[in-house]
Formats: sequence, C-alpha cells, structure tokens
Amino acid sequence: MYPTGPIPKPPSDDKRWRIVEATMRRNGFEPQALIESLHSVQQAMGYLDEPAMKWVAACLRVPLSKIQGVATFYHHFTLKPQGKHTCVVCLGTACYIKGSRQILESVQSQLGIQGGQTTADGRVSLLVARCIGACGLAPATVLDGQVLAKTDTDLLLKRLQSVTDGKAES
Amino acid sequence: MKPEDLASLADKQRAINAACKHRIGVCTESGCVSSQSDQIAAKFNELVKSRGLQKDVRVVGVGCMGLCGNGPMVKIDDGAPMYQNVTPEHCAAILDGLDSPLGNPQLRHLLCDLNQPFFRRQKLVVRSNSGLIDPEDINDCIAHGAYESLLKVLTELSPTDVINQITLSGLRGRGGAGFPTGLKWSTVAKAGGPSKFVICNGDEGDPGAFMDRSVMEGDPHRVIEGMAIAAYAVGADHGVIYVRAEYPLAVKRLTRAINQAMRHELLGNSLFGTRFNFNIEIRLGAGAFVCGEETALIASVEGNRGVPRPRPPYPANSGLYGCPTLINNVETYATIAPIIREGAAWFAAIGTAKSKGTKIFALTGAVQNTGLIEVPMGISLRDIVFDLGGGVPAGRTFKAIQTGGPSGGCICGQNLDIPLDYESLAAIGSIMGSGGMIVMDDTSNMVDVARFFMEFCMSESCGKCVPCRVGTWQIHHLLDRIYKGHGAPEDLVLLKELCEMVKATSLCGLGQSAPNPVLSTLRNFESDYLALIEKGRADREAALSGPHDSGTTVPLEVIS
Repeated sequence: MYPTGPIPKPPSDDKRWRIVEATMRRNGFEPQALIESLHSVQQAMGYLDEPAMKWVAACLRVPLSKIQGVATFYHHFTLKPQGKHTCVVCLGTACYIKGSRQILESVQSQLGIQGGQTTADGRVSLLVARCIGACGLAPATVLDGQVLAKTDTDLLLKRLQSVTDGKAES
Repeated sequence: MKPEDLASLADKQRAINAACKHRIGVCTESGCVSSQSDQIAAKFNELVKSRGLQKDVRVVGVGCMGLCGNGPMVKIDDGAPMYQNVTPEHCAAILDGLDSPLGNPQLRHLLCDLNQPFFRRQKLVVRSNSGLIDPEDINDCIAHGAYESLLKVLTELSPTDVINQITLSGLRGRGGAGFPTGLKWSTVAKAGGPSKFVICNGDEGDPGAFMDRSVMEGDPHRVIEGMAIAAYAVGADHGVIYVRAEYPLAVKRLTRAINQAMRHELLGNSLFGTRFNFNIEIRLGAGAFVCGEETALIASVEGNRGVPRPRPPYPANSGLYGCPTLINNVETYATIAPIIREGAAWFAAIGTAKSKGTKIFALTGAVQNTGLIEVPMGISLRDIVFDLGGGVPAGRTFKAIQTGGPSGGCICGQNLDIPLDYESLAAIGSIMGSGGMIVMDDTSNMVDVARFFMEFCMSESCGKCVPCRVGTWQIHHLLDRIYKGHGAPEDLVLLKELCEMVKATSLCGLGQSAPNPVLSTLRNFESDYLALIEKGRADREAALSGPHDSGTTVPLEVIS
C-alpha cells in the first residue's frame, strides 16, 4: 500500500537523501524493501546512523527496533562512519591457506587497530572479508576498491604507509 | 518478440560476427578485472583504432576462461591461441600475431597450452559459452543460442513435458544438498495458489567458492532463461534473483541482462506471443552466510533478518509471502537450457548412476592451476588435483582437499580415488557443497583449518537455536585451546560429543553441517590434534622441571 500522507522529511537537507527516497519510491514504500533502502542509505551516506534509520522507519512504516535488528544482523551494514580509505583483507579459505592471517596481523600492527576498526584520525578503515570470490588470486586484499592479487605483504604495507602519510590523498 | 524473430536476430548477429575477421576476447570477470584486464581491453581498442583495423578486428569483453590464477586471459577468435598473464604492454605484439593460428612466436611464454589436462579433461555444459560470448550484449548471446530453449519450451512443450524432461535428465540441485530438481519442480507445480514465485539463490557465501559468481558474470542470460523455463513449468509469473552485495559486477551484469531481455520482450508479458508472463527482480543480500538456507533467504527477500524457520511447511508449499516458491541455485538454473536443447538422455549419459551431468568446481589452494573447472560427475579427486590441477607446488606434499566449504569436510590422501558424486562424498564425511575445492599441502595444520571453519560458523550462526549458537562457540573454544597447546586428550572426546550434539539438534543446515570440518579432521588427521596436545604437555613439563632457556613455556595460569 502506497502511503497516503506526505512522505516524512529527511534528516537534513543533504541532496543525497533524494537518492534514498527514489529507491524507496521505486519499491512503492513497501516494508519488504527495507534491505534495499538500507543499501541505498549506506551507498549514499557511507553508513547507517540513527537519524537515517528513524527516517527510513517512518517512510516504510516499520518499527525502528526492526530496522536496528536488520542493520545489525547483516555484516554488510555499518553503523559507524568509515575512514577515508579502506583496506580489506580477505580471510576466505583459499586466502587463509595462503597466509592471509599473517597479512592481517602485519596490517593490524602497522595501523594499530583491529579488523573492523578505523584509525583515530579517520584516515583508514581496516575490514575483514569472509570471501571476496577472488580465490584464484589468493591471498587477495582490496585497497580503496582495487584488488591486490597474490598480495605481497611488504608492498601492501608500503602502500598503506603512503595512505596514512597522506601522500595518496585524492 | 515473435517466435520467428529470435532466429532472424541470431542470424543477423552471426553475420555481423562473421564479417569481422578476428575477435579478441578479453576476460572481464572479477578475477581478471582485479588484474587490470579492463586496461588491456582499452589498450586493444586504442590500438585497433590507431591501426585502422576497426573493420577486421573486434575487441569483446568475455566471461571466465577458467584458469583464473594465470589471469588476465586473452582469447583470439573461438579459442586458440589463448594468452595468459597478459599486460597492456603485450597488446601490440598480440595484434601483430593475429593472422597466425599459433599466435605470435615472440609471445611464446604467454601462450596457454590448450592441450593440457586442465582444459582437455573438462566437459563444458554450463560454461560452454563462458569466455566466448559478450555477457553485456544480448544479441551476441542470442547468436550463440540464448533463449532458443525458452522458445522451444513455450511453443512446443507443456509444463508437464518440461518437468518430465528435467526428471529424466536426473539433474540434482547444485547448491549442495543434491535434491532431485525434477521432484522439486513437480512439487511446486502441484501446489495450489493464486500466485507462485521462482527464486534464484545467488548468495554464494561459502568462502573458497566462486562458481556462481562466474556464471552470473559470464553468462547471465543463461540464468534468466533457466528461470523462465522453470517458471513456465511450475506456473509462476514472478522471479527473484537473490545476489550477494559483495558481487557488484554480477549485480551489474544481471541488471543489464534483465533490462535487455525486457527490451527484447524475452521477459515481460506474452512471451513469444504465448500467454506466459514472466518478470524478474534482483534482491541484494547483505553479507549473511545463513541466507543461503532457503527459509532464511526467503526471510531476507521479505526484508527481515535472515533467520531460518522449521520445515515443513517447505517453501514449495509456503514460501515467499506464503506462496508456493521454487528455489534453485544459480548453477542449477544455468543447466536447464542445455538439457532442453540437447535432450534429457544426452545429459543423463554424462556422470554416474546417481549423479548425472557435470559440476563446476572452484579449484584453489596449494595447486599449480587454480581456477574454475567443469568436470563430469564421477571423476576422481586424484585426477582433479594431480591431473587438472597439476599437483601441489614443487617441494611440498599433498595433505588434504577440502570440499563443501564450512559445511564440508577435509578428505585425506587415502580417499582420493573415490568417484566424485553426492553419495560417495557423503560416505567419507564431506559433501559436494556448492563446489569449493581447496587443496592443502603439508604446511597446513588441520586443527587450524578446523578452527578457521568453526570461527566462520560461530560468527555466521544466526542465533535462533541454542545448539548452533552456543555449540559452535564451545567447539571453537575447545579447538582454540588445543591449537594453542592447552588441550588434553580428554578434550577430543568432549569435542566429538559436542559435534554430534550440534549436528543432531540444530534447526537448519548451517548448524547441522557446521561440525563436519571438525569431525572429518578428527577422523582423518587425529595425529595433528594429538601432536599439539603432546607438544603442549611437554612444554608445560619442561616449564615445571626447573630452569630452562626456551621461550616456549606456557604459564600455568592460562591453562584452563
């Protein structure tokens, strides 16, 4: 059922909310489009914060508790802002067999954070993936969306260093 | 589209393809794209333009050619020669050697031997067009036979005929459990209700498996065609493809393919002038392994937490929004069109008595050739590892092969000669699974491997039922203790007991199969467990018996 009243106002006048609204409109503001809507929020805003979830709850007429439940259930959704750069270490089976745990440990000690955390200066987020499907290229890591096949730990650390030093700002 | 339009469209495109003297196929699937194959395609295009060869040479992005570990791959014309490990710098030389059927002799080191067992021993059914067609161009797919089977089904066969064909072919679900596809289809067909759904399970969450991703990226129209045929057979008019959000390229290709099919009226209302209507929408997963379980998947499509529910009722009777729902895996749908085209008897002639046809495996880990292979059922694991895979790297020895991901088991060297089919794998404590195959050499410790899989299951457990939620945590804790040298021989008894309990009492497939990696390593590689326990004991004794200088002591307070 399409909502009869006006659509609730977005949390701010940021234009990116329009993209999210378009996604919800395309799905007829149906509650079952919740996951699609959250994907859209995360894609537009980078993460899901409480005002965003409250707004989606009002638009789709679902309780905030349910949105909180869905958002925390799925690994893909993040409730915290991500760093400027992201480094993903794949811990899938093929990568694990080829030593990705050691890669992860080296990166953790260089950045001083654990997997799933962001450095205090907000520059780099370190993520751990279950499997990115690049098993033929194990061990694989992803730095800012670019997959590093058959990762060489030293090379990755060097690139990370230039990111943390701010030389690779873009 | 009218029935006769399909053939004329195919002819037209074939003529266009034939008018071009050479076709350069650059692999544009995730694996090769991550080694910059898109830059190679761009370079080829630039060179073709600057040399004025636009009329004679066409550069197309194609699907996976199999040998992902040696990517990026480039294929000339319909298969030979094929180059591996290509970089943009090689493009000019490849263009120079276009007219020679053996390729440019200067690039001999890049030529891929198509006669090696890796290619020779494969039997391509599902992947027959992968690496040949341009998945982003529906006309090219049609020229290679896409939607012919759908046309045949809609104009010549009744839904019962289709189900009979699938039953006769002996096809079993490729998602892992191996349920007979024909039986599933006829159950949904018999179920009553105003509307029915067809769902394609593309939530390939097994770490170490990427067959479905490759099929969706390399030949999306084949999946759509399979779903449409299934929908006709069971009486559904709406389809959903549930894809992992971690596969952005697969989502993009599928979306594009659906839009193209709708424009060509191969999806939509009154297909080929019949009364059959069918639409497909894509739903994104959000990173939950348990959503591969069918009831959890349905919950996720409905916008809820992906939590499974007890069966019955089975989705075949009460699935999406309470309607009868057919759920099959990507690979299963992709097998349908070839069966309809070539006939059930042709398919049933491949494979073993109980497992028909071919299966795609993702062969990775400690082998020379890593990538995707499609082999007839019944081939031995030894042939896969040592013939197709080229064996483990020099200087290492084979230790185990893991099939079925976190739900499967580790198979030791003694069992390498069993024929690969659903029953034989189950008999040695593993499963066919969706097709991940990870080879391990003597550097892998099996306790570590078991701990790795249990950590996966522990964090992916949805938390609904206690045996899985608590049991996986406890098993992981025990394994961790043993791995760190704090274990005792009694722990192995406890471990086995816990595993049997979780296996017998969990609600869904995730929990029921989670102990498999532990049980299979306990059975086949007990020495790894005992060695760690013994080493831990010796270290502690050394620590207690006075002064020492080794750094391997274990303080007493951490022994719990």
